[in-house]
This record gives sequence, C-alpha cells and structure tokens, in this order.
Amino acid sequence: MSNLESFRQEVSKWLEENCPPSMRTPLVPEEEVWGGRNAQYVNPESKLWLERMGEKGWTAPNLPTEYGGGGLDRDQTKILHQELYKIKARPALNSFGIWMLAPCIIEFGSEEQKREHLPKIIKGEIRWCQGYSEPGSGSDLASLSTKAEDMGDHYLVNGQKVWTSYADKADWIFALVRTGPQEPKHSGISFLLIDMASEGVSTKPITLISGKSPFCETFFDDVKASKENLVGVENSGWTIAKKLLQHERNFISNFGLAGGGTGSGADVVSIAKKYLGEDNGKIAHPGHRDNITLHKMKEHAFGLTLQRSGDEGGKASAASSMFKYYGTEHNKDRYELMISSMGNKGLGWAEQGFSDDEQAITKAWLRTKANSIEGGTSEVQLNVISRRVLDLPS
Amino acid sequence: MKLILSEEQQFLKDTAQSFARDKTPTTHFRKLRDDENTKCWDDSIWQEMVQLGWSGILVPEEFGGSDFGIAGISVIMQELGKTLTPSPMLATSVLGVSAIKLLGSNEQKKIYLPKIVSGETTTALAIDEGNHHNPFDIEATATLEGDKWTLNGQKVFIIDGASADFILIVARTSGEKGESNGLSVFIADKNSKGLEVSQISTADCRNYANLIMNNLILDENALLGEVDIAGEVIEQVLDLGRIAMASEMLGNTEEAFEITVSYLKERKQFGVLIGSFQALQHRAAKMFCEIELTKSAVMAAMHAADENSNELERLSSLAKFQAGETLHLVSNEAIQMHGGIGVTDEYDIGFYLKRARVAEQIFGTSEYHQARYADISGF
Repeated sequence: MSNLESFRQEVSKWLEENCPPSMRTPLVPEEEVWGGRNAQYVNPESKLWLERMGEKGWTAPNLPTEYGGGGLDRDQTKILHQELYKIKARPALNSFGIWMLAPCIIEFGSEEQKREHLPKIIKGEIRWCQGYSEPGSGSDLASLSTKAEDMGDHYLVNGQKVWTSYADKADWIFALVRTGPQEPKHSGISFLLIDMASEGVSTKPITLISGKSPFCETFFDDVKASKENLVGVENSGWTIAKKLLQHERNFISNFGLAGGGTGSGADVVSIAKKYLGEDNGKIAHPGHRDNITLHKMKEHAFGLTLQRSGDEGGKASAASSMFKYYGTEHNKDRYELMISSMGNKGLGWAEQGFSDDEQAITKAWLRTKANSIEGGTSEVQLNVISRRVLDLPS
Repeated sequence: MKLILSEEQQFLKDTAQSFARDKTPTTHFRKLRDDENTKCWDDSIWQEMVQLGWSGILVPEEFGGSDFGIAGISVIMQELGKTLTPSPMLATSVLGVSAIKLLGSNEQKKIYLPKIVSGETTTALAIDEGNHHNPFDIEATATLEGDKWTLNGQKVFIIDGASADFILIVARTSGEKGESNGLSVFIADKNSKGLEVSQISTADCRNYANLIMNNLILDENALLGEVDIAGEVIEQVLDLGRIAMASEMLGNTEEAFEITVSYLKERKQFGVLIGSFQALQHRAAKMFCEIELTKSAVMAAMHAADENSNELERLSSLAKFQAGETLHLVSNEAIQMHGGIGVTDEYDIGFYLKRARVAEQIFGTSEYHQARYADISGF
C-alpha cells in the first residue's frame, strides 16, 4: 500500500470517529462557524467539530505543524478534502485568517508574529477581517489615505475603511495604512495588524442591493497600534498587499464553480427543468436550453483549467487574475440564467408570493453583481493579465 | 487523470516544435499553395515525419507502430498547427489507422497498418454526404450480391480525398438515413472502377475531394469487420479525429494569438505602441483566458481517449467546441488588430482565418457539439 493510500485510510478512520453526526448534515446558515472571541454556537457539535479539527491542524491542512497547522503536502491536502467531501462534512471553520492572512504571515511575518497569531487563527480563537478599500480608494487601492503616524513606541491610526466584511464581528483587522505620506503612493504603505477592541475603532454595517450584508464601514479615530504589529518592513506593505490579493482572488474565483457567493447552491439545469418544464427529459425551451448548455460547457472547461493549474503545481501570480475574472463573470452569468429560467418566480423579494428558495436565488443574483467588483474588478484583472502575462506596454 | 503531459508526450511535442520551426515554417505552406500542389502536402516532408515514427503513433506495436496514443499524436498536431503544416496525419494516421484498428479483422490490419506505418500508403475517410457534418445521415448504400459488394451514392468534403491511396467509405447496409444502426465501412482502392473522385477547391487551400460511387464493385473482404454494426466505432473514430483536430486548432490559435500580441508591441499609431490601448489589451486578455480553457479541454479529452474513459464523447465534444469557439474568436480578432496589413495576402495572418473556418466545420461545428454535449449531459 502506498503512503498516500494508508494516509487516506488514516484520515477516513479519524473522520469516522471525530466528525459529529450533525456536522455531516447540510449546513444551515445560523450554524456557520467563523470562530473568534465572541463566537456563538447554536449547535454545540459545531464547537466540538472546530476544536477537534483545530487541534489536528486540519482547519489549515497545508500550514506547518510548528504553528499549529496540519503540515500536509499538496497530495495529502487533496485527500483530506476528498474524504471530508465523501462524508459531506461541514466546514469546521470559515476564516479570512486562514484564507488570506496566514499565507502572508508565513511569508512576511516575524517569528514572534507567527507564534502569536497563526495558532489562534488555525484554532479559530481569533477572527480576522480585512481593511483594504477606502471610500476614496477602490480599484486604485494604492491611493489609500488612512494614516498611521509614528509616535515612537506605537502608531496613531486615523481614517476610514470600507467593505470590511464582518468587521462588526471580528477580533482583529489586517489593514493597509499610509506610513510614508511623502513617498510615492506605492512606497508609503504598511501592513498593520490592529486589535478591533482598541479604543477609537468603530464599525457600521452596509446594506446592499441584495439586502443585509456582512460588509461594514470601519472607522479609526486616534487608535493606538503597537509597533510589533507591523508585518514586514515599514513602507513596504504594498508587496504584501498584492500577495494577499492573489489569495483572495483564488478564493473568490472558486465561486464560479461552487455556485457560491451567498445563498443557494442551486443547479441551473434543475432550476430550468423545474420552471420551464421538461420535454422528453430535456429543458423544454430550446433557447434557454442552448444558453444553459453554453454556460455549462464553459464551466466544464473552466473547472478543467483550475484542475490543470493544480496539476501543474499551482503557479499562482497572474493565473489568479484569470481565475478571478473568469470565475466571477461566470457566476454572474449563472444567476442571470437562473432567474431568467424562473420567469416571474425569479423576481421575488419577500415571502408574499415566493418560496424561501426563490427569494434566496433573487438575492443571490443581486449579490453576484459584486463578485466582479470585490477583490479587484474584472477590468483590473484584465489589466493584470495584459501587463504581467502578455507583457503589453502601459 | 492528471492534466499534464507525460515525459514521452512532452518529448514528442518538443520534437514536433523543432520540426515545424526548422522544416515547415509558414513559408512552406505558402509555397505549396502558390505551386497549386494537388496534395497540398509535401512527399519528402511526409517521409521525414514517417522516419520520426509519426505515421504509426496509434498503431499497435505488433503491426510496427509505437502505440503512443491519441495524446502523443495530438501534441504533434498542435505544433504542426502553429505553422499550418499540412500532412496526411489526420486522415491517415488518426482516422485511417483508428478505423482499421478498431473495425478490421486481424488479416486486414496485417495488410494495411504496416504499409501506413512505413509511409507507403495514405488513406481518407469518406463519411459526410451533406452541407453539414452528421455521421448518421447516410444514404450511400452497399449491397451484397454473391461474393461482391456493390456501392452507390456520393460523399463530400473528404479530407485528403484527392490523394489517398485507399478510401474508407461509410455506407448503409440496412436501416434508414439518420440511424446509427445499419452502417458498415468499406475500404476501396482509389482507382477502383465505378469510383469517381474529384478534388474540390477550398478557402484553406488544403486537399479535399467529393466522390461518386456508380456501381462500385468491391470484393467481400473490402468490408472492414462486420456488417451493419460500425455505427458506434465510427463515432469513436470521429471522436479521436475531433480531438486531434481540436489540438491542431489549438496550435493554430496559439500562433495566431502570438503573432497578434507581437504586432501590438511593435506597431505604433498616434505616436505610441497600439498595445498600450486598453481597448485592445482587454480583448487580448480575454483571448488569453479562452486559450487557457481550450488547452485544458483538449488535454482532458486526449487523456480520456487514452484511458478509455466513459467521458470520451462528452470531452471530445467539449474540446472541439471550445477549440472552435476560441479559434473563431482569435482568428477574427487577429485580423482586426492587425488593421490593413491583416487583410493582405502577403501577410500570414489571413491563412489562419481561412484555415480556421474550414477546421471549425470538420467533424462538427461548435453548434453541432453544443447540441451533442447537451444530449449526452441530459440537459
């Protein structure tokens, strides 16, 4: 038996013994686990599941064991995911800390920062949010103006961030701040970790076209941040910021396949058959059927491209721009096809006249409009491909 | 299934890349066209390919081939596609070999396969009868009288039909037009009495022919394998052809794109390089994405074929569809982004456009494969 096969058996046995029964049932939104100091567990088994997975480091399977990660290689990580999928296990932990911050701390953080932050991220003890965009800095992120003044032993932070997801629930924020106001715009930015419990930090939720959202505005009013929480070198935060955006893009581009964003993971073909009817097992309307087939074929080819990228060793960088661009545009297309297949049933806002699933799809459709804006707009991704991959002149 | 090339496949690809670069750059095709070469491929170049073993890549070792699989031949087709290198690879080494290998008796394999491997014989597959590819819309008939077959009917758009020594003819031995049952495949010498082959002149200046069978009499052993039941194997042969074709089209696309992106970096208007215009950059970036998707679809299809996956039909349709859509887009954009020079015969980019449209038709357009994919998937 190969090492991988015996690893698979080990994983399967451990999951059998440790994944609580209710954690193998479909996820209900109230029971989604994000961890943190103030986490509420509606279902005690989700807490248990997080503790067991966190102890094993399998919430972050590919991070090194010395910082609490699983220490698994690429193939082992894949096996773990396959086995989790096999038993339909719920995610033990959703975490911006794991998805975005941890890879950057590994690459740019000091030894002290790794020891301080990584274990708490992996165990879900501290919940993080991202402070990047500002009201005046969207696509032109590097023009950001939230300032951090050097006060000797600490920075004094003043300014405002926007689109900070779950800022009202997060314990810490990783933020881009301006430390070099005299420097050219890319060279005056630093990457700073700030405790959200600090005096002077406040948040306010944002309502979207799709309704309630996790997004917030976050305000910093004379907030003191200790200097040991600067990641990397002062004024060189832009390098870290770009790297982190790649991780974010990779994460968002999976929406194209997962049916993600918010709400329903509904399949466009079954939706079409349900609302348009079937003709000998086929989607009854030929025009809708053609449009949906085209969409599914693109999805198939895109899925194969993600797989190929992994098989080639997952060289990220510019490829992440392609995945972000294609995945989010594809996801928008999916929801357009879905509501169009549903006819007037795809336009519900509240419960009068519409089922919960129908309302969820309408809301999800609206929410997908932000997919190609957040994490760098589609236009920015196309710029990145033009410049970095095709080497076209600026 | 891992979506990467094996060392062996990478080696074949590298070899084909140097071959195309050194021996058959686009000037090679231009010369064949200008000389109005009937075959539209060069005998001595083909013999060099034979020496490299390319004629026998799908042929089992016992008949003198290397049995490297469709992935092996596809990567070669991709590289040859970059320089628009014409050769009998598709009609002979993919279609002819596959049909004989999958349908023929051991006796028939012994007769034909070694001669194909050695470069002595080339073949063509005569299947389509109408303006659009549809492998089961077959009206040509074959009837057995005594120990002779009599074939009647017509075939169109036969790749390499003008030069092939042997023509594989799909004919109906029972059933009605549109049915996959009742089809049989016959192999006929091009000089047979009652067989009239006439070359047609296409925009891509390659080698195609139509044929008419007027009481074409063939021996009993001209039937490949069994009577009436070739339908399923014909689909399989066509799927292999579609994958090889998609791979060649990927090569066409990659090169047309490469030429265009280089042009964007050297052409100046309004005092700046036109590649600095965002209107062109974003279109180029979108093409890049579609090309990446095409690479993945072609790679998945060729590996599926070699692993006898039950996904072969779906993946072959996906590959031909995606390759067709992408080549269509890139061949049009390539002309537009070149501006005036793009529509001159002197410049190569127009060759890619003409080749593209013909290639899109071969063994089913994107529309054909979209419909097929939908049916297979149960949409």
